[in-house]
Amino acid sequence: MSAVATDTVVIDYLLHLGDNALVLAQRNSQWCGVGPVLEEDLALTNQTLDLLGQARLLYQEAARLQGGDATEDTLAYFRDAPAFRNYVLLELPASLPRVGYAQGDMDWGVTLARNFLYSALMVPLWEALQTSAHAPLAAIAAKSLKEARYHLRHASEWVVRLGDGTEESHQRMQAAFDHLMPYTQEFWTDSALEHAAVQAGVGVAPVALKPVWDATVDATLEEATLHRPSAEGYVPQGKTGLHSEHLSYLLAEMQCVARAHPGAVW
Amino acid sequence: MSTVTASPTAETLARVRAALETLTDPEIPVVTLTEMGIVRAVRAAADDPTQVEVVITPTYSGCPAMAQIADDIRATLQRLGLPGRVVTQLAPPWTTDWMTETAREKLRAYGIAPPGRCGSAAPQTAEHVVRFMPASAAAVACPRCGSTHTREISHFGSTACKALWQCLDCHEPFDHFKPH
Repeated sequence: MSAVATDTVVIDYLLHLGDNALVLAQRNSQWCGVGPVLEEDLALTNQTLDLLGQARLLYQEAARLQGGDATEDTLAYFRDAPAFRNYVLLELPASLPRVGYAQGDMDWGVTLARNFLYSALMVPLWEALQTSAHAPLAAIAAKSLKEARYHLRHASEWVVRLGDGTEESHQRMQAAFDHLMPYTQEFWTDSALEHAAVQAGVGVAPVALKPVWDATVDATLEEATLHRPSAEGYVPQGKTGLHSEHLSYLLAEMQCVARAHPGAVW
Repeated sequence: MSTVTASPTAETLARVRAALETLTDPEIPVVTLTEMGIVRAVRAAADDPTQVEVVITPTYSGCPAMAQIADDIRATLQRLGLPGRVVTQLAPPWTTDWMTETAREKLRAYGIAPPGRCGSAAPQTAEHVVRFMPASAAAVACPRCGSTHTREISHFGSTACKALWQCLDCHEPFDHFKPH
């Protein structure tokens, strides 16, 4: 691959990865202070810090390439939902399909199933991105990979613990996977953004990682005595900017302070 | 360009290194930044040789102590009256293997079980990842009584870099600095 990546291609790809990390960080941070037990509250907030750190590194690099007034903060706080390139899976509320808005409606099983499905993708994805033609991205990948391994280990242990747990925990974990699995179809659909990044040697086509992901998912669900639901139906297109209604609410909560006080520093 | 300003001399850089030896990790105040492997280099900046450049590396991407660490280093350079800056370098990624033996001993004395060696690139196998209670590569010794009869309570402890463990002999819970 000798093509030289244009900055736009690299920036869009960095934003896709950064948006994934930031949106999941924001979702999981909703457990901060209300986790089921102290240790797990800490575990999730620590992972949220990792994701925020990854998002910051990716945004900093995107802002550097963009130049002008762009900073990690303008990218995180002053873009609207259609500009975000994250997977729809990551913006969904931490609840089953019937969306609840009270804290008590948050579902630990859905949270961990999502973390599992996402980190099972990110471990091989970061692994592959270590050889990205864009050296700063390769460096971020090598750093993030070590963190993603911990996230995958944490999530898979919970999937097994709850799946192979009590009758209720089993049923709720299964319901979580039934709900989320169709959203993973987005991982494997090609987008113009990813296509350009792959052509340039900067990005990785996730579809090439599907066998690894399948193996992790199958092995873990089997150990958890859960059955793997089929993934069919509507294919979400978050990475092209088409989001569910949930992203705007999430961004409103995350961005409102920065927008109310633009330029504020402390 | 004026020729008045010169590159920092070897002695100047040595002075900076010595001054940095007094800076500790904000979250683990018993170990220095150098012992932790967070300070990667002290050198003259390539694009402006009059500047001292201190190269640091984050332990974890989201480590909240990094801003404090950079501030501490800048303050130290200022105190020495040296023009300088702090830059961050990610690659190759920081590993707990860069911690010095002194740092490990200090951690133990402080009540934190030091990390075992992770080796250069020992990727966890898929099997390791999915196993419910993965066998620990090496037993973690209780920093209080030394017993290796210990168990992990949570992968994530008081900070991202530590896990929460408990000694089954003296029953003391303790932090374990994770091999990373």
